[in-house]
Amino acid sequence: MQEAEAVQVLCRDCTALTTPTTSVRRCPSCGARRLVRHRELGSLSFAHLDCDAFYASVEKRDRPELREKPVIVGGGQRGVVSAACYVARLYGVRSAMPMFKALSLCPDAVVLKPDMNKYREVSRGIRDRMSALTPQIEPLSLDEAFLDLAGTSRLHHAAPAQSLARLANEIERDLGVSVSIGLSNCKLLAKIASDLDKPRGFAVIGTAEAADFLADKPVSILWGVGGALQKKLLSDGIRFVQDLLPYEESELMARYGAMGRRLYLFARGQDPRPVEADAPAKSLSSETTFEQDIQDLDSLRRHLWLLCEKVARRLRDKEVAGKTVTLKLRLADFRLQTRSRQLFAPTQSAETLYETGGRLLDENWKAGGYRLIGIGAADLVPGELADPPDFLDPQRTRRIAVEKAVDGLNRKLGTPAVRKGRSFTS
Amino acid sequence: MKLTIERAALLRSLAHVQSVVERRNTIPILSNVLMEAQDGRLGMTATDMDLTIVEQTAASIEEAGATTVSAHTLYDIVRKLPDGSEVELSVAGDGGQLRLRAGRSTFTLSTLPREDFPAVGPTDLPNVFTLQGGEAKNLIDRTRFAISTEETRYYLNGIYVHAASSGDLPVLRAVATDGHRLARFEMPLPEGASGMPGVIVPRKTVNELRKLIDEVEDGIEVALSDTRVRFTFGNTILTSKLIDGTFPDYERVIPSGNDKAMSVDCKTFASAVDRVSTISTEKSRAVKLSLGDGALTLSATSPEAGSAEEEVVIQYDGPPIEIGFNSRYLLDIAHQIEGEGAEFMLADSSSPTIVRDLADTSALYVLMPMRV
Repeated sequence: MQEAEAVQVLCRDCTALTTPTTSVRRCPSCGARRLVRHRELGSLSFAHLDCDAFYASVEKRDRPELREKPVIVGGGQRGVVSAACYVARLYGVRSAMPMFKALSLCPDAVVLKPDMNKYREVSRGIRDRMSALTPQIEPLSLDEAFLDLAGTSRLHHAAPAQSLARLANEIERDLGVSVSIGLSNCKLLAKIASDLDKPRGFAVIGTAEAADFLADKPVSILWGVGGALQKKLLSDGIRFVQDLLPYEESELMARYGAMGRRLYLFARGQDPRPVEADAPAKSLSSETTFEQDIQDLDSLRRHLWLLCEKVARRLRDKEVAGKTVTLKLRLADFRLQTRSRQLFAPTQSAETLYETGGRLLDENWKAGGYRLIGIGAADLVPGELADPPDFLDPQRTRRIAVEKAVDGLNRKLGTPAVRKGRSFTS
Repeated sequence: MKLTIERAALLRSLAHVQSVVERRNTIPILSNVLMEAQDGRLGMTATDMDLTIVEQTAASIEEAGATTVSAHTLYDIVRKLPDGSEVELSVAGDGGQLRLRAGRSTFTLSTLPREDFPAVGPTDLPNVFTLQGGEAKNLIDRTRFAISTEETRYYLNGIYVHAASSGDLPVLRAVATDGHRLARFEMPLPEGASGMPGVIVPRKTVNELRKLIDEVEDGIEVALSDTRVRFTFGNTILTSKLIDGTFPDYERVIPSGNDKAMSVDCKTFASAVDRVSTISTEKSRAVKLSLGDGALTLSATSPEAGSAEEEVVIQYDGPPIEIGFNSRYLLDIAHQIEGEGAEFMLADSSSPTIVRDLADTSALYVLMPMRV
């Protein structure tokens, strides 16, 4: 069976899928050289689409004079790198790197503030084009998504690989940003594949070679293996994916719990997780990195209040309510602290978030300075369960009515037109 | 220290005291139980700093002495010893290990010096009265389900116990509420309680006390100040801090003008609520009550699961009314109503509703409706 499958060739320019009898260097139909060769090109249907240096690409699209320059998108002097273009990456700049470090590596970089509205618009454009191919889309962020194109061949008169090549071309032509595509048979492998040929890539990991491909890679390539688990695996003598193979599923589960089962399957190139179209958000949060470290509790509280307003507004917009409040603090020395507290009833009120978040801040505040504060609402439930009437606190119902009225005004007048006095400094 | 004690007696006392010890402790000594042997008795003490339990039990003491040892470990060992064994406990030298011998088993356990064990100083508890076992059980059962778990309003994390008057009658009242429901229980004021301050007994103390009083035959002596309470019964002394806070003015939450009375057979009602609520979503648990002439329709819908409806016969002659409640809250209350009939006093679909036992006026419940 395996023998019978000949190497297929996909032309990424004209999207022709052919099975040439001899090895070819140019597309038999259009003569282009951008070819992908693989035995399973005609059958694989699971893809991961990832934009290349998304924010930076959008900025370069709009300012062609920056095309050859290193461009970093990120917040202010003190923020972190949200995206670095491929020129900046040559200097060693990476996303999530603190800005000062990025600038010391690449002093000539053009630093731009993120314009989220613009990125969101481009992202919507990409999503629209993906939706035209399949309803099975799971966006992971503005710039990446899983797509399952199984069963779409007859509809589009093209194999999934062809539809994807066409999608990449359309995005590039219509929206001016390039994407990389990973084609395989599951989430794990598709995501790994999209990273193999970046930027403007198209990489395939087939079912037949999946296990071999993974064997000599470090375990950290597997989804869900972060620093802590990697350390634990290493102490058990597991460094590479193939080191997992001798273990029975039950042994791995006994040692690593539910993750053990995943590891067992992952090591064999299997990942049963389906695409979860429109997966509902599990939490909503907002955070801010300060221009300069803040030590003073009152200033921290003021920032916290602004974030609570923002999170509460988004909870109401999305008609959900959170039952757990999480406070996130990053200390001057970069240590991260998160503290959570369950609320008695789900809320979408900034006052309630602030009451609990502020208490967590008071309990955990220490001298020494903070560089970031964030607040999140988790354990989301439908909005109609938010803030049930409380007979001990009749004011609460009134406060929430006020917050909703302010939402309405702000929507009319533009975002921060009406605010609580608490957010102003004297 | 050296003594022998019957396994059953040791197990019984250990079961009581170990339950106070928190499973996770940052302070090692708090994981331990203090064992004190003297005058033919073995005393065992466990504490979490807020709540302390002391239990005495008869033992044959060969050599008096004291030590501390991990409460959960000792409990687990004694639990696994065969029924009817004689247990020998001994400490060799000062600060040495505790040796436990029973039949052919020998355990040697690490100890911490007794001096490190937090001492419970004698405190002045000026208000003393006695509750009968049954009274204490009722007081707890009728109210504790409404205790709040909300950390922000910590003063709701217990039962508020105070002296009040109902009409002309002096009563002892217990109240618990979480803002969505309230439970109030009252009983004739025991002798000696008239001058007592209003106190909030923390949930953990309430739960530990409740576990211990099923077997109580005589009364429970309650002694308290405005910061501490002590319960003495049988061979057990439970001492606890009280919640330092002001309980809200709960009286204004109890509506006085609810004029629509509905009465229903409580068991029938409870099982109907239980059935219908199978459909209501895990998160909301809402059940709708539609009251009409002589009949109550219970219904629930969930976008995922479907819908349910059940009709229950009631006595009601008010106007039709629709009102929603959290089914779990309804069941919590229904389980505390021992008489046949329950009475609901309603105002309208968005105001608090009163529920009582038709046959027993000692308890009263207030329930906030849900939007349905």
